[in-house]
This record gives sequence, structure tokens and C-alpha cells, in this order.
Amino acid sequence: MTRMMFARGLKRKCTEDEEAAPSYSRQRQSLLDMSLVKLQLCHALAEPSLCRSVLIANTVRQIQEEMTQDGAWRGAAPQTTGRAPLDRLVSTDLLCRSVRDGAGDGPAAPAPRGLQSSIWEGDGPLEDKGSFQKSLDQILETLESNTPLSVDELFSDVDSSYCSLDAVLTGVVGGAQSGQDGLEALAAMAAPAPSTSCKSDLGELDHVVGILVET
Amino acid sequence: MFLKFSLRSVFNGAGGGNDIQWCFSQVKGAVDDDVAEDIISTVEFNHSGELLATGDKGGRVVIFQQEQENKIQSHSRGEYNVYSTFQSHEPEFDYLKSLEIEEKINKIRWLPQKNAAQFLLSTNDKTIKLWKISERDKRPEGYNLKEEDGRYRDPTTVTTLRVPVFRPMDLMVEASPRRIFANAHTYHINSISINSDYETYLSADDLRINLWHLEITDRSFNIVDIKPANMEELTEVITAAEFHPNSCNTFVYSSSKGTIRLCDMRASALCDRHSKLFEEPEDPSNRSFFSEIISSISDVKFSHSGRYMMTRDYLSVKIWDLNMENRPVETYQVHEYLRSKLCSLYENDCIFDKFECCWNGSDSVVMTGSYNNFFRMFDRNTKRDITLEASRENNKPRTVLKPRKVCASGKRKKDEISVDSLDFNKKILHTAWHPKENIIAVATTNNLYIFQDKVN
Repeated sequence: MTRMMFARGLKRKCTEDEEAAPSYSRQRQSLLDMSLVKLQLCHALAEPSLCRSVLIANTVRQIQEEMTQDGAWRGAAPQTTGRAPLDRLVSTDLLCRSVRDGAGDGPAAPAPRGLQSSIWEGDGPLEDKGSFQKSLDQILETLESNTPLSVDELFSDVDSSYCSLDAVLTGVVGGAQSGQDGLEALAAMAAPAPSTSCKSDLGELDHVVGILVET
Repeated sequence: MFLKFSLRSVFNGAGGGNDIQWCFSQVKGAVDDDVAEDIISTVEFNHSGELLATGDKGGRVVIFQQEQENKIQSHSRGEYNVYSTFQSHEPEFDYLKSLEIEEKINKIRWLPQKNAAQFLLSTNDKTIKLWKISERDKRPEGYNLKEEDGRYRDPTTVTTLRVPVFRPMDLMVEASPRRIFANAHTYHINSISINSDYETYLSADDLRINLWHLEITDRSFNIVDIKPANMEELTEVITAAEFHPNSCNTFVYSSSKGTIRLCDMRASALCDRHSKLFEEPEDPSNRSFFSEIISSISDVKFSHSGRYMMTRDYLSVKIWDLNMENRPVETYQVHEYLRSKLCSLYENDCIFDKFECCWNGSDSVVMTGSYNNFFRMFDRNTKRDITLEASRENNKPRTVLKPRKVCASGKRKKDEISVDSLDFNKKILHTAWHPKENIIAVATTNNLYIFQDKVN
């Protein structure tokens, strides 16, 4: 069943040679790697498509979930034919590195810190465009330092900047007329998309602005 | 709801089946496909079909007008010629996020005509604009106090009184922005839809849908919000939304997980709980890591009658009866031969291409685009389908288009094209069908093709 899951969408090699044909696990691994790279590129673009990012992230979760079920997540899977090549074991090992307290089950298994940190550190083209956003991310990261980095958190920066700052902006442009001071008044003016998370993020925003001003 | 037809556009499903013979009519746009700003991003006929609007990546709108038919020599219907061109949206820079806001026009929707002027809504990722397109064919001449060039005359030289009169001038078509609906969308707008009350409209982005009044720009009501409290839990986005053509309280929105939700605005102010949920159970034999991605709905369109809706996902077109939620009533495979290539299509990002779909005026035929500049039509009555190509090679007017065929596997017959030879850069994402006649507009990357059925 799991083998079928992947085989359908896969480009097959012409050769019928068993050894030359990549194993299902290796193909799955390369799909995972490709997906993570795609997510990284998402952040480098001027306007990342949220739909595309969500679909890729869901695919990554699916792969991770299946790998967990197979036991490949732990690198101890009695997989496929013959001996598993060394490089595959190494990459699996990388994936396992950030797994904590043995809770390796379930779809929320965290992605490796090793691979993920490169996404967050942002190289090259990212720096010019998203530098402000990225420093904000890093600041917010420190605020919630308990949770390990995971694929889920790729959206946390979207949350902070889009919701809180834009809610503020919406209020500003919409013509805040009230006599109240401060961000709370602007939050009240952000009528188009009110939500409680916006208000709590504004509290965080206060904190963040405080940090920025102090440093 | 029936629409009247001219004799020429009768599509005979019964009694031998006179299939439409599609002929090349016109092509608009440059011959070379190099300019990125010219990439067509939306195509839409107005309610009468007399006007055809296109939007492009450079933020421009070009409107074509059908010339009135010459009754004497009616070899074909009137041609579409440029009527108006204007810059609808400009690129912007969001300084707070350090991100560019693209000027690309995502959607154009026409308002029904109420007076001499035409109105349309155009939108980019963030801002919707209401444009008025009006004609001017006279101008006042003979001012009392001004010279012809506009300079004011010396008052002491004015000895008589004369009143300006209107004199004919060359037709001028002016487009002016009448309303700008801004700052209501945090995410990228993918759809706009005008309500059947012709007073309100909705705009949808990845996570929210807003309701606007056409007259009011500083306020909009949020009617759908699927943003999770914790963005890390986000697994589904809104991909398209549309108002029901007849019920002004009903709209639908589709998602990236292949579901469609029908909502009734009378139920509550925030329509987070759907009235109906349309979803087809997954076929377990076809399950792969790409199942979810290919189930993501890229377009949803109600039939003109309002009884059905059509959805487009990556490989198929589905027709749903609004009274049946658990499965579509019809499914048409657009390019099933791509199913075995999904991994490659994921690699080159083509799997994320958002194809649109459209109905013909009588809801009997549906159309959608594919790769290699192919587009497909499915006749719901005869169950026949056809694949045609938009290419400059079939350039002569009234040349009947030859049906194309893709060879999925095995021996390729003559005139067939194999899957591996398909050009995935040549994609037809946007198509439109004239509301009353068999005239279709098909957009390739940079060119707009107009095809008509064979007359006489």
C-alpha cells in the first residue's frame, strides 16, 4: 500500500535492472528533499504563493508520517532489497537528529534542525528583500523558544507580519479617527478582519518593538 | 433559465449530432513571446458578449469590442477590435514586509450595463478597482470666454455672447477609476464575484472572503475566515469563490483540499459554517503523495442556470449538482496521461498551475485549457470531447481546426503527439465563452485567440 502511494506519481526509469532502479525509500527521500528545497525557495520569492507553500508543507508532512510508520524515521527500518546504501542512512540520520523524547509518532514529527536552520538563516537573494521580515522572525523565534523548529513553523512568520502589522496598517490607512492612543486604537480600527489572535499578536508586537528599540 | 440563440449557434445534440466546427477567427498580441508584462492573466466577456476584456501581468486591461455584423455579407460574426486600453494597477512596494505587490490583474468581472457607460471590476493581489468605460463622440466648441486652444480671451475683446455647441468628434473611449477598494486583504486575492443584486460583490483571498458594497470603499464585511488561531496549524486555503447567479444570499468557495463549501449569508454574519460541503471521496487505488495537490481546486463556476457548478482540479473537470454533496454528477478527464508524470510536474512546479474552466451559454458544453496550447471541450449531452490547439499555424479565418490527440503510451499514430513531446511552458490557463454565441476566447501565454463556429 505505501509502495503504491508513491509509485503512481513517480517517473520510472527505463531500465529494468533491479539494482539500478532507485528504491522506494530513496525516491521518497528525494521527494522529501525536493519539497524542503521548494519551501525554502518560497521564502526567497518576492511574493510566495501561500497555496503552493501549504500544499508542499502538507506533502512533507505526509512523507514524514509515512516514514515514521515505516520506522524509516528512526533509521532502523528493515527496508527493501539488499543492503541500504550508506548515504541513505546518513540522510535518514539527519532527519532523526531533532527528534526529542522518543515521541517520534504522529504527523507532527519535527523536521531536522540541521536542514531547517539553513532555511531560516536565509542566504543570498533572500537577504535583500526579506531582511526586515527575517530579523523579525528571529526575534519572534526567541520569544517562543521552547518549541523545536518544525515545518509548521514556516508559517509563523507569515502570521506575525501579516496579521499584526497589517492589522495595524489597515487601521492606519482606514483613517483612525478615535481619540484613543496606542496600538489598541488601531486594533479597534482594523475592522475588516477582526480576530482575537490579532490582538494578542499586537501585544507581542509591543514587546518586539520594545526589543528593537532597545537594541 | 433559457437563453435565446441565433440559428447559427444551435448545437444539435440529438438526431445525428451536428458537432460544432470551430474555426480560427483572430489572434491578438505580439508574435514573439518574450515580454513578461504581456502575459495574459485573465479573460472575460461582458454580459452581452459585445466586449471582451483581458488583463495582463503588467497591470493593463485591454478591452476588445465586437464590430456590428454586416448583414449583407455575414460570412462570420463581427471581429473583435481594440476598444480601450488602460493601466489598471501599478506595482507597489510593501515597505513593512519588504515585499513587492504585483500589478498583475488576477481577475476582471463585468457589471451588467445600466446606462451608456460600461463598468468592470479588476483586481490584483491586494486592491480591487471599479472602472468606468465611457464613450465620448462630441465635444463643445465655441466658448464665449476661451479661445479654441483653451487660453482665456482678454475680457475687453469680448463683445458678444455665444453659447458653446456640441460638435461631433472622433470616438474617444475613456476609462476612469470610480472606486478603489483597498486594504482589506492580508493575503492574495484570487477571486472576485458580483452578486445578483448588482449592488454587492465578494473578494476572496487565501484565507478570507470579504463582502463589499459597490458604492462603499472604506468598509467591507468579512464573511469567511479560515485562518487558524495558530498559523502553524494551517493546512488548507481558499482557492476560488463565486456568488450564485440567482440567489443573492448564496455563494461557494473551493479549497486546496478539493472541497467546495456552499454558504448562505442569511444563516449568520460570519459564514464559517457551511450549509453544504461538496467532496468526493478519494479513490484509494489512485492514492499517492501527490493526491492532495492534484485534488486542489483551481476554479469554480456556477452554470448559468444556477443548478450546477463546475470545478477544475489538476487532472479533471467535475460537474456538481447543488443538491448532491457526496459526489459530482459528471467527471471529465482533461489530461489523464499526466498522472504518471506527476513527480516531474511537481519538480518543475507545473503541478501548481491553476487552470480555469467555463460554461457555454446553454450550459451544454464546458471548456478548459491544458498544456502544449491545447484546450479541451466536453459536451455534456453527447459525452463527446474534443482537443484543439491555439496556434498561429492555423491562421486563416474560417479554417476549421483539426482535432488533436495525445498518445498516452504505446505506438504513436500519425498526427498524434506523445506525452513527452508536450511543451509544458505553453499552457492555456484562461478561456472564456461568449454568453450567447459560439465564440470563444482562449489565452496562450502572450496571445489571445478568438475562435468561432463555422457559419453557413
